[in-house]
Order: sequence, then C-alpha cells, then structure tokens
Amino acid sequence: MTLNTLSPGQSCRVKSVRGSGPTYQRLLEMGLIPDTEVQVVRLAPMGDPMEVQLHGYYLSLRKNEAAMVEIENG
Amino acid sequence: MDNRPALAARAVAVVGNPNTGKTTLFNALTGLKQRTGNFPGCTVEKKTGRIQLENNTVEAIDLPGTYSLAAVSLDELVVPEVLLGVREGVEPVGGILVVADASTLHRNLYLVTQLMELGRPMVMALNMMDLALERGLEIDIETLSRRLGFPVVPTHAGKAEGLAELRLELRRLMDGRIKPPKPELFRDFYDRITRFADEEAGDRRLPLPPALVFRALFDESGFAAQHLGEWFGEDFRTRLMQLRRELEAEHGKLIELEARERYTWVRELLDKVIRKPEHKIVTRSERIDKFLTHKVWGVLTLFVVMTVLFQTIYAWAGPLMDGIEGLIGALGGAVGSLLPEGMLRSLVVDGIVAGVGAVLVFLPQILLLFLFIAVLEDFGYMARAAFLMDRIFSKVGLSGKSLIPLLSSFACAIPGIMATRTIPHPRDRFTTILVAPLMSCSARLPVYVIMIAAFIPQKQVLGIFGLQGLTLLGMYLVGVVVAVPTAWILKKTLLKGETPPFLMELPSYKRPNPRTVGIRVYQSGMAFVTRAGTVILAVTVVVWAMAYFPRSGEIEDNYAALRIEAEAQHMMARAGLLESFDPQLAPLSLERMERVLKENPQLAVLNDDKPPVSGDPALQALYADWRQLDAGYQEKLAELDSRESGDYLRDSYLGRMGQVMEPLVVPLGWDWRIGMATIASFPAREIIIATLGVIFNLGADMDEESVELKQALKTAVGADGNKLFSIPVALSIMVFFALCAQCAATLATIRKETDSWRWPVLSFTYMTSLAYLAAFGVFHLTTALGWG
Repeated sequence: MTLNTLSPGQSCRVKSVRGSGPTYQRLLEMGLIPDTEVQVVRLAPMGDPMEVQLHGYYLSLRKNEAAMVEIENG
Repeated sequence: MDNRPALAARAVAVVGNPNTGKTTLFNALTGLKQRTGNFPGCTVEKKTGRIQLENNTVEAIDLPGTYSLAAVSLDELVVPEVLLGVREGVEPVGGILVVADASTLHRNLYLVTQLMELGRPMVMALNMMDLALERGLEIDIETLSRRLGFPVVPTHAGKAEGLAELRLELRRLMDGRIKPPKPELFRDFYDRITRFADEEAGDRRLPLPPALVFRALFDESGFAAQHLGEWFGEDFRTRLMQLRRELEAEHGKLIELEARERYTWVRELLDKVIRKPEHKIVTRSERIDKFLTHKVWGVLTLFVVMTVLFQTIYAWAGPLMDGIEGLIGALGGAVGSLLPEGMLRSLVVDGIVAGVGAVLVFLPQILLLFLFIAVLEDFGYMARAAFLMDRIFSKVGLSGKSLIPLLSSFACAIPGIMATRTIPHPRDRFTTILVAPLMSCSARLPVYVIMIAAFIPQKQVLGIFGLQGLTLLGMYLVGVVVAVPTAWILKKTLLKGETPPFLMELPSYKRPNPRTVGIRVYQSGMAFVTRAGTVILAVTVVVWAMAYFPRSGEIEDNYAALRIEAEAQHMMARAGLLESFDPQLAPLSLERMERVLKENPQLAVLNDDKPPVSGDPALQALYADWRQLDAGYQEKLAELDSRESGDYLRDSYLGRMGQVMEPLVVPLGWDWRIGMATIASFPAREIIIATLGVIFNLGADMDEESVELKQALKTAVGADGNKLFSIPVALSIMVFFALCAQCAATLATIRKETDSWRWPVLSFTYMTSLAYLAAFGVFHLTTALGWG
C-alpha cells in the first residue's frame, strides 16, 4: 500500500520510500523514514496535493510523490 | 573530520529551516542597516548586516532557509559552500547561528546534525517558544544543549525575547570560547572521505572540505558532485563515483542510510528532552486551517484575498501613481521654466525627469504588492494558497507557488516578476518570469481603450454583451491563452529537467511581524529603484535622443517664418477691427496701434479678462470680436507648435527608422507612423498614445480619452489615399501590444532578478516574434472575413 491511497483522517506507518532522485531524497529528509507515523489531514480542493502530519508538523505533497511512500496500517 | 581549532569568528552565518522566524531574528539582531544583493554567480539573495555585541560588532550573513544541506538545485549549493568557505566571492564564515523552530524541533534537528559536521562553532536560537508552549510541549533546554554540545538559547524573535542572551553567546563564539561540536554520526565515512580528500587535494592548493565530498557522495541530484567536478576535473569525478559505488555496495542506498541514521540519532537525543502532552491539543493554527484550506470556504477566501490583492495593485495604486506622475510633471515644468528653450531643456524634461518618473511610477504597485505578500507570507498563508491551487499549475509543469506572481502581473509584470522570489525552484521560477509579461498589465489598457473606442462598433452581441467589452475581455484572454502553451513548452525544452519535489511545509499561522514586513517592503522598493531603475532611465534617455535628433535647422527656420507670418496677419486683423470701430484711427501702423491701445482709456478694457461694464454696444461688440481674434491666434500658434513637433519627429532618427522599417510592418496592416510609434513605445507601452498624438500633429499631451486623437485616427489616410485604420488594423495593433515585450522596466527587472542578460533578451525575442505573428494572423484573418 502507498500513502496516496489513504483518505483524510487515516493514519499509517511508513515502511519504506521507493524510487530515486531529488524527490526521493527530499521525502526522506523531511522525515518519511521507516516506522514514522503519518496521518492524512486533508486533500486540496481538486484532490491533489495532500496534507499529512508527521513528527508534529504539517507537510503538503503531491499524490505522485505520496505514491513513492510504502506504508502499513497502524 | 575537519578538526581545525576554533577560529575567532570572522562572520556568523544565520542558517535554519524555512518558517523558523529566521529572518525576523536576523532583522532583530542586525537592525535596519542591511545590505542586499545576490551571491555571486547565482540568483540566491544574499543579505548581510552587523550584529551589535557588547562592545564590538560581528558581520552576519543570512542564508536562505533550507531543510537540508543537500542541494536539489544548483542554487541550493550556496548554503553548504558558504558555510564551508569555498564559495567564490563570499567571505569565510567563522561560526554558525542556527535557528530552530521549537514546535517542530524533531525535523529541525535533521539540518542541525548536518551542520555539526562542518567543523564550525555553533550557537542555536530555539525560536517560536510560544508555539511550543501552545502545543503543550515542554523542552528541557539545558539537557538539549548539553547533549548537542553547544549553547541553546530560547528566543521569541517577534517579541525580542532572548536576544540579550543570544548576543552574549555570539560574543563568546566570536572570542573563540565555543568549540566546534563533536559529531558522532558517520565517523567511519568521514575517516574514509578525509583520506580520499587528502589524496585528491595532494599538492593542489584547492580546498576540498570533507563535508562537501560527503554531499557529493550522498546526494541524488548530483549537483555537489558536478560542482566539484568543475573544480577538480572529470578524473576526480570518476574516482568519486567509484568511491560512491563502493560505499553503496557496503551500505545500500546512501541517502536512505543518511536519513535513517540522522533521524534515529535525533530521536535518541530528544528522549526525555521534549515532553509531549498526554492528550493532543488542538492549536489555534489547526482551527484556522480547517477554514482556510476548506474545499469551499478556503477556495472562497482565496478568491476574496486575490481580488483584494488585485484591486490593491490595479486600482488603489492608481491614485498614488497619478500623484507621482503629477509631481514628476510639475517638477519637469518647474525645471523646464528655469532652462532656456532648446536641447538642454528637452533632455532634462523629456529625457531625465521623464525617465526618473518612469521608474518611480512603479513604486506604489511594488510596495503595495510586497506589503501584501510579506503580510501573507509572515502569517503563513502563502503556503496555503499554493496548496489550494497547485493542481491547476501542475498541469503546465509549474506549482501553486506561481499563483501570486502571475496574478500580480495582470496589474504590472514588474512586481509580479519580483514576487517570483517566493518560488524555490529555479526552473519553475524562470518559467514564471518568462510568461509573467504575457499577462495583460495595466499599461496595455490605454492602448486597448483608444483602439476600441475609435474602431470597434458599439454593437450588442447575443443581446446582452457589448462588442467593445467583449473585445477588451478578448485582449485579456489572449495573454493567458498564449501563456499556457508557452509555459508548457518552456518546461519541455529550455527549462527541461526533473520535476522538482513539491514537498512544502504548512507552517503554523502567526501574527505578522511589522518589522519583518516593513523591512521586506523597503528592500524590494530599494532593489527596484537602484538596480532596475538605472536601466530604465538609460533607455528613456536613449529613446529621447533618437526622437530629438538631428533637429534640422531647416524645420526651425521654416516654422519661425510661419510664426512671423501668423503674427503679421493677426496684427492686421486687429487693426481692421479698430478701424471699423473708429474710422478716425485709420490708417494704423503697428506702433500707432500700440500707442492708441495704451493711451485711449476706452480701449484699455480690451486687455481685461472681463467684458466692459458700460452699455456702449459698439464697444461690447469690439470686445467680443477682439477676444475671438486672440483665441484664433493662440490656436494657430498651438497648431504650428504641434506641426513643428510632428515635423521634427518625422525627421528624427526614430522617424527615419520607422520609414526604413515600413516594409516590415506593412504585413500587419500598419504604415511607418504606427511602426515608429511602436518603436518609440519601447520604454513603456502607453507611450504610443503620446507618440501618435505628436505624429498626427496634435501635440504630446494626448491620452486615451482624447476626442481629437480618436478623430485623427479615424480620419488618418495612408499613402494609398485610403483610410489608414480599420477594424483589422486596430485589432492587429491591440494583439501586438497584448503580446509584445515593449516595456524596458520589465526587461530591466528580468535582468536584475535573473542576474543575466540572457533571459531579458530571450523574453524580448520570443514575445516580439509571437506578437508579430499573432498581429499578422489577426490582420489577415479579419480582413479575409471582410471586417475591413
């Protein structure tokens, strides 16, 4: 499962980040590392990007970026 | 590891994540005496100032906010390179003041762990303590400081709390009493990197800091490796990549390793340092966000905010701009009256004063827009606006961050282009800069207004829409319709590259800090006046000279003769009036007439502004005729003046250029006069109105409402004896002006913002080509449709 499939209000735990390149690197640097708890807060009016909460802060990311984040529930 | 002894700080670099209140803190520490510019060789803004310490000062450099020392774009290399003292043209840094947001300390410490490996003494300002309190976070600052190994000072920059303590620590830093931190992470890596760097540096005297090699090995973007490759050659880069492959074979993906190691270290460091509340507290910021990012209310609010912003720069700046224009006009008049008629007066009034005016007139829009942006940004709203609108812009390869710059450009491209500084990714920023001038700005409006009023019939379409209004709307749409594919093509070709990450923090809302806002507004105004202003002034003077010279003596003599003739006729007519009033006065010579007018008490009234009170009907009639005669004479003189300026302009280098270039503009349905007026309007589009006024012998004080100019345009005749203007010609001119880059101020601003002539030249070339092709197409299409 990947982060982009979640709906607002749902939480998950990061399993890994797939891919390569600057976006991949920035996702990790912003704290999307294994075992991080992430909650989806809301989606933008046109369904993209999404806003998530992690490490006590709020992050906006596009759906195709969220699709790089493998998650598991809980 | 770089284990050089602690240096007495030469300059302090201020570093931190975005949204940590770093700029507010920098302003609070340095005061108003700041210098702004760019870091050499890139478009990253460099701000420096001096921090007053107890009895001396230290130089401070404000570095752009960043989440990591890894560079996603070439520009972002500035931060690590300045900190490591290897950035050309930037003084070496002796110490680091890192600003961290206490309410999101976990993520902030990621950057801190990277900074700790640079071998520089550090001090941390733990800012936003108020937000941490609101979230119910308790932070044990003493333990935090002990575990990090350098001083941590809690601050609230907006209220100037903690600044005295911070200055004290900076003082210690400067005196060399703070040692560089001892990093615990990646020791093995640094050992290997240091050996590698020592071998590579060898006897070459180039600095090769291990931390930069670390970035070159770890970063996915490859910019650090590329930059080092430029200094040390391709062989070096090959060996670097070899080392990278070895390390990856041992550890897996390096960047994943880095993130995991650092965040693990941070988690352990913060253990028992931060105490979180047992129940999650819903903060005020979260409650505001429920509304401002709501699918309906959020979008509506954004719409209202954009409308007010647009109204501010479009309409409310108007009176201020009129005021400045009035002042400049008055100044020109005052200075002009002190100078004798001639070249010097024309240079000062029409060249220099007009040029300075052309610069200053943009100030209200720039200041108001930046007031708006600074308030919205400091409040935290800009990120929300980008969040709400990102989807639309992502379709052409841009992001929501382009919303404000592009919208502002509908009022004026100059503040719009300056506002692209809020776009973090250079390729997105340049694309936005290149399409921003396509938005129909307020300077195009006069051109549309006069052409529409003169040539578009006042018809109703479909019963409810006025054709004139629809034409105006069409002109505004032309720019947008062209901008969409232009942006898309630019992102596919010239500014092609990997889509930059759109990971954006949505920071906590906070009350905008008046000082931060004020300084931002002031700096944007100064930046425009001092840097773009010089180019604008120079262009205005050059175009003035082209329109003024060569000033043929023949035209001057010709009009001097015409004026004498007119005066003689006027005097004869006056004598005629006097003689028919009192036949005894005949014959009147010029001298005799003057004497009569002076000595005859009855006739003295002719010089009064009021008609005679006495009931003599003959005198009353004489008075009326006399006045009429005078008015006619004045009109005749004004007409001669206008015709003379027209002759001078036709004979000027500009006029000759227009005539030489006529074959180029004939396909657009224009003649050389329109072509010349277009060239003359290079400094600013609206100048075309005044130029057309001069060329049709109406004088320069024409505006878009002038009935005479409309009439002159309607009746103007081309070389073939037919009417010069028609609906296709008017549309061709309007479309040309909608798409062209006839605005020296915009080009000067692009030059300044991109720090290169390449982009303004490209803007001018592509916009002028587009404008030409579109005008050509519109002219021939509408002619074929029989609209002529």
